[in-house]
Amino acid sequence: MSEHHKETFLTKYIFSLDHKMIAKQFLITGMFMGVIGMLMSILFRLQLSNPGESFAVLEFFLGEKWAPGGVLDPNIYLALVTMHGTILIFWVLTAGLTGTFANFLIPLQIGARDMASGFMNMLSYWFFFAATIVLLYSLFVESGPAAAGWTIYPPLSALPQAIPGSGLGQDLWLIAITLFVVSSLLGGLNYIVTILNMRTKGMTMSRLPLTVWALLIVAILGVLSFPVLLSCALLLIFDRSFGTSFYLSDIIINGEALHNTGGSPILFEHLFWFLGHPEVYIILLPALGIVSEVISVNSRKPIFGYKAMVGALIVIAFLSFVVWGHHMFITGMDPFLGSVFTFTTLLIAIPSAVKVFNYLATLWKANIRFTPAMLFAIGFVSTFITGGLTGIILGDSALDINVHDTYFVVGHFHIVMGLSAIYGMLAGVYHWFPKMYGRMMNKQLGYFHFWVTFISAYGVFFPMHFLGLAGLPRRYYTNSAFPMFDGLTDINEVITFFAIIGGLVQLLFIFNFFYSIFKGTKASENPWGSNTLEWTTPVERIHGNWPGEIPTVERWAYDYSKPGADKDFIPQNVPLKEGEEEH
Amino acid sequence: MMSILVGLIILLSVIVLVQILRVNELVSEVKNEDANEITEKDNNIQGILTFSIFGVLFLAFVLWQFKYWGVHILPPASSVHGATIDTLMNVTLAIILFVFFITQPILAWFSYKYRGRKNTVAYYYPHNNKLEVIWTVVPTLVLTPLIIYGLNVWNDITRADYSNSKVIELYAKQFGWTARYAGDDNTLGEANYKLVEGLNVLGVDMEDTNAQDDIVTREVHLVVGEPVLLKMRSQDVIHSAFLPHFRVQMNCVPGMTTQFGFTPTQTTAEMKEQEGEDFDFVLLCNKICGAAHYNMKMKFIVETQEEYDAWIASQETLKNTLTLN
Repeated sequence: MSEHHKETFLTKYIFSLDHKMIAKQFLITGMFMGVIGMLMSILFRLQLSNPGESFAVLEFFLGEKWAPGGVLDPNIYLALVTMHGTILIFWVLTAGLTGTFANFLIPLQIGARDMASGFMNMLSYWFFFAATIVLLYSLFVESGPAAAGWTIYPPLSALPQAIPGSGLGQDLWLIAITLFVVSSLLGGLNYIVTILNMRTKGMTMSRLPLTVWALLIVAILGVLSFPVLLSCALLLIFDRSFGTSFYLSDIIINGEALHNTGGSPILFEHLFWFLGHPEVYIILLPALGIVSEVISVNSRKPIFGYKAMVGALIVIAFLSFVVWGHHMFITGMDPFLGSVFTFTTLLIAIPSAVKVFNYLATLWKANIRFTPAMLFAIGFVSTFITGGLTGIILGDSALDINVHDTYFVVGHFHIVMGLSAIYGMLAGVYHWFPKMYGRMMNKQLGYFHFWVTFISAYGVFFPMHFLGLAGLPRRYYTNSAFPMFDGLTDINEVITFFAIIGGLVQLLFIFNFFYSIFKGTKASENPWGSNTLEWTTPVERIHGNWPGEIPTVERWAYDYSKPGADKDFIPQNVPLKEGEEEH
Repeated sequence: MMSILVGLIILLSVIVLVQILRVNELVSEVKNEDANEITEKDNNIQGILTFSIFGVLFLAFVLWQFKYWGVHILPPASSVHGATIDTLMNVTLAIILFVFFITQPILAWFSYKYRGRKNTVAYYYPHNNKLEVIWTVVPTLVLTPLIIYGLNVWNDITRADYSNSKVIELYAKQFGWTARYAGDDNTLGEANYKLVEGLNVLGVDMEDTNAQDDIVTREVHLVVGEPVLLKMRSQDVIHSAFLPHFRVQMNCVPGMTTQFGFTPTQTTAEMKEQEGEDFDFVLLCNKICGAAHYNMKMKFIVETQEEYDAWIASQETLKNTLTLN
């Protein structure tokens, strides 16, 4: 067995095989990318609320070439939008969220000494790291980074003549994504194998914490869908570099008629969204898992309807594979297919509603302890409701005709996927920080961080629904070209104001994070009075997790405030008392 | 110099923050308590904040937006099918807002009501099959008619028969629109991208007899109440023909032809009376297509038959523009 052994700086912090260290590597890389992605959004928000005005901050970050005289260049505006989406979706909310919590929680919560393959796990991080370097490098190339939107629809993404970002920047984007997919597959296979084979004695599937269930399902989704993105990207690389016509047909660009005929961009869209839609749930499900755990622990109550929660996760995951066409209602796809996708899409509302009602039932007659993590978990329930409801409009093909690709969509997915997943991630960081670093994060800063984030996030994304209902398309450099949008300036100013406030307060979180790593108050072994196995490990991190035997699991993870118990929690390794019934 | 100053200010703020946190922790140490333990006082404050911000401030903000920003929402649809979309939208919105204004206050109220107290124990309540069945079945019962309703509207829109309608082609390229009327025979002449040259900006095959009477224009005139079938093509990248006032949107994809049929119900003149003098029906591009994506537009004018007849008579056919020059 891999007992604790001597480690050098290099094996402990850099090429670590310990899942806990790899989790921290993912987390800190994700946070770093998060700051960059957020900064990008603030830069283009300045242009959107004050089109054509000069800002020193734009010139400071983008230089004289991309923001001449402090005014954002239209091509760079599109590049920033593209990179903001790419970074947030893949780097922060996929790798940063799943990479962190799958690595950290799976072995600890199922009672394993490490992942099935520590080496593969390390490779997973280093492929991600390489992807990060390539993506960041693309920010500095002459023609600018990729600018065809994060969905990189060809022909725009295939033809350097169409937009400067489709030159070297797009090549680097595709290479970065390829490396990213490799990283994600290495990680995902490892998570699945570990959960299925390495659970400790007594940890049956029906006793798994919901976090592990969510992470298992996410890993399966990733393994099934990311290869499709890879093939989609490979065909695009072929079209770009080797003269094939998978996606290209009948094109004149810059006065030059291209030889390509017979390809179809619609093929790309099908391949892309076959990943793209499960990807939404790859982002959301870990957050659902984390929030279930955090709400239960801090409500001091079992999560309501454990089996229904697992069932809902499985149904959502299954449905996520048969709804991709709802991104394509108006592409010229057969209208009958549109009907099918409308039907499957709206079905997702049912398991989602079950989850929301189960969360509310968990809070009912609870004894809520308001940790910052708990606040973010409650915030998650709020954004999940708000954003989920507008999905009923977008999923309906007839209604989608008029709101498709408008700011209504931007508002919807930022709330239901962006905010919810970020709240889940932050809840996870606040909740498991004591286990990660052996210290507590400062709670006052945590409270302040939550409230400013919550208010400014709704301040940014709720008004976008009104922009969308006014017909304003997304990805417009400015809306001043159409008189019909002249009245929208004040909405845009409000959005930008809140974006800046919301962005600044995240710096406070990062400060709290690093301050607490070194100077936070010392944490005890189980500061939240939690049942899951990770809280039975010692505060001092060791490779192998438990100094002695691995604990045996005797009960499910949610025996909080069980009648007849001495305390309001009973850890999973405590045997049932005589005559005590398992939940 | 400026950057050094900004850097200094950031550094100073970090130092100040560290000192505040140290003081805070030292005070707790003196009082012999754990600075980061959640106390009953914290639960009270956060519970009240949750109630007032989730339950009051946020909901008030939502209502405020409907009151002050609701005016920006597009006016009722100016097309026959658009009116059915609007009704579906209103029904859906009503259901959504109803659910929103019930669940959000419950969330805020439970968070406040059940905030932690020292001597309270939570109620052990792991599941209740009856309740769970109820909240699976009720959303299903609400969604089923909504799905059926939506599919009906969708089918009516996409399956409507436009075979006898006036045909107009919309041709998209970076960064502008061109329109082509099918002329007296109401049949568009064949086109091929390899034929795009000089004045023949759409690549129309002039050997096709159907092409002779086609008319190429820079704005689109429609007759009120008369069905029209738009056929879209693109020259370079994907564009999207978006006519928000008519509730019309369809992508323009290189290598294929897409279409969308509709019937306008209000003239531009009528809309100007309602919405103000500077109103115009516009065609926007709604798929990211490059640097000037935001500025890719064409005017649509809906008018009476007489006005339309006068306008179309003043336009040149392709035969005249391409062969006589």
